[in-house]
Amino acid sequence: MTLPSYLLRRLVGFVAVMVGISMITFALSHVVPADPAIVALGDHATDAQIEAFRERYGLNKPVPEQYWIYVTNLIHGDLGISLHTRRPVAADLRNFFPATFELSLTALILSILIGIPAGVISATARNRLPDHVVRIVSLIGGSVPIFWLGLILIGFFYGRLGWLPGGARIDKFIPPPPLITGLFTVDSLLAGDYKAFWSSVHHLFLPALALGYFSTAIIARMMRSSMLEVLNHQYVLAARAKGLRQGKVIWRHAARNALIPTVTTIGVTFGSLLSGAVLTETIFSWPGLGRYATSSAINLDFPAVMGVTLLAALVYTLANLIVDVGYQWLDPRIHHG
Amino acid sequence: MVETLTTPVRSRRPAWRRSPLTVAGLVLIAILALIAVSAPLIAPADPLKQVLSTRLKPPSAANWLGTDQLGRDVLSRMIYGARISLLIGIVVVGLAASVGTFVGLVAGYAGGWLDEVLMRLTDVFFAFPALILAMAISGALGPSLTNAMIAIAVVSWPVYARLVRAQVLSLREREYVEAARSLGAPAARIVWGHILPNTLAPLLVQASFDMGGAILSAAGLSFIGFGTQPPTAEWGVMISEGRNYIATHSWLSLFPGLAILLTVAAFNLIGDGLRDALDPRLRGTG
Repeated sequence: MTLPSYLLRRLVGFVAVMVGISMITFALSHVVPADPAIVALGDHATDAQIEAFRERYGLNKPVPEQYWIYVTNLIHGDLGISLHTRRPVAADLRNFFPATFELSLTALILSILIGIPAGVISATARNRLPDHVVRIVSLIGGSVPIFWLGLILIGFFYGRLGWLPGGARIDKFIPPPPLITGLFTVDSLLAGDYKAFWSSVHHLFLPALALGYFSTAIIARMMRSSMLEVLNHQYVLAARAKGLRQGKVIWRHAARNALIPTVTTIGVTFGSLLSGAVLTETIFSWPGLGRYATSSAINLDFPAVMGVTLLAALVYTLANLIVDVGYQWLDPRIHHG
Repeated sequence: MVETLTTPVRSRRPAWRRSPLTVAGLVLIAILALIAVSAPLIAPADPLKQVLSTRLKPPSAANWLGTDQLGRDVLSRMIYGARISLLIGIVVVGLAASVGTFVGLVAGYAGGWLDEVLMRLTDVFFAFPALILAMAISGALGPSLTNAMIAIAVVSWPVYARLVRAQVLSLREREYVEAARSLGAPAARIVWGHILPNTLAPLLVQASFDMGGAILSAAGLSFIGFGTQPPTAEWGVMISEGRNYIATHSWLSLFPGLAILLTVAAFNLIGDGLRDALDPRLRGTG
């Protein structure tokens, strides 16, 4: 199968998945036992107010018609009005997304920068001390409750030592940088405001560490096992026999090929980062989608919950699409049949 | 049946027993199960009993792991918490594996459009970040332990469906299955008697990893208020309740978190060990 026809097939699959996702998020709001109109207006609302509310949000229409309204609106980028913040959900998502993106991206970059070398070192030092250390640290990373880790980090680095801030995106006495990308680190650099930059880096460190530990562990494990496999291949032996330096054989020949399966893992890890962001943001008072999702779900704010769920699914599906296409590009031997 | 599950063995001892870490995982889970079963006998106090005169006491001879903000004994709450965590693991993995296996068997054996539809369905469920969908589900159904378990099972079954389907696709064409088919065996019997037993090995590996995963997700849901509700003694709830005391009375959150960490790590070690034992090609690479 050629790359364009592979891409086309993946795009069709992508649209099908998005339709399925919208059906599930929509269906979820209909199994809710509580009446959203009463939840939004409070117990003291009059019948007329409740009726008007239902009319306004189409809550009194038949279910298929409600779904149709929902999907048509989605296609136009209209995710409805948040019952809680009373603002368009799309606007809320735009508002909160950059914070989550900045946090997840930093966590992902940290876990790639640490996980890949850790996996390579672990594989090349198999059954020796560095290997044991990496394996134990990754075992803990794959098993630790992220919210607990966050709490312990706050308790130690903020509560006990006072070295790092325990929450928020930037120091409260430093004005946030002018909005360009929504990423405080990038925007402050663009504005030349180094004070704001350092403050946002400081604030990013602990939550990104807590969030990234799990994916670091997964990436290190995957890199280790694919390195072990690659190290036994003929071309590695050939490179060694040729008298190439050990470091060059490992990094130039083996690690590059061992990276291919690891790339897929990185795509899958992205989903766990989004899930983890919900917990991390709650712990670190990080004003992102995760915290928005939690407070929306508590308030039975379905349009908001559906919006976050949809966006998360969209981002995750897109990330995997990009990874799969990247995979095809990285390894020309793969032909999708 | 055992013969069909094991691959050529070089040593007389099963592979999992040659790995001390796997043994450690098994021992940990055995101890945990014992604690869970005998909780009423070994817990020094009632996990819900409040003694306001002994609030927030650090670990001591009277309360080995200290007391919480309501004067409840942390050790007793931890012991009872083991029951809930193991229950979550068993129920969630049981539900997810049953549904997923059924879907995978049907999809793989039937093939055609049914296979296509079922696999697209797993794609849809795969696309949701687990905790976010679980949160939406438990938010919609109302926060409780039961709903949290349902929610986690809903996001966990697709992996079993894919695993089983892949196995069925390769097994379907094997000679012994063709032989059974040519003898006129009904499809249900071929699937149940000849195909299913051979899919159990990878299922078992996945299940042990998922036990840990389910416990982590459920604790996370409880922590943000969508799972087990206070005052139930559950590890996630305990961490959440200790949250405001993390700098001053760290034991409140420290111990339940360590319990989750050890339990999940034990299941992961067992998963690693089983995978190595069942697939010697991967031995020691994980």
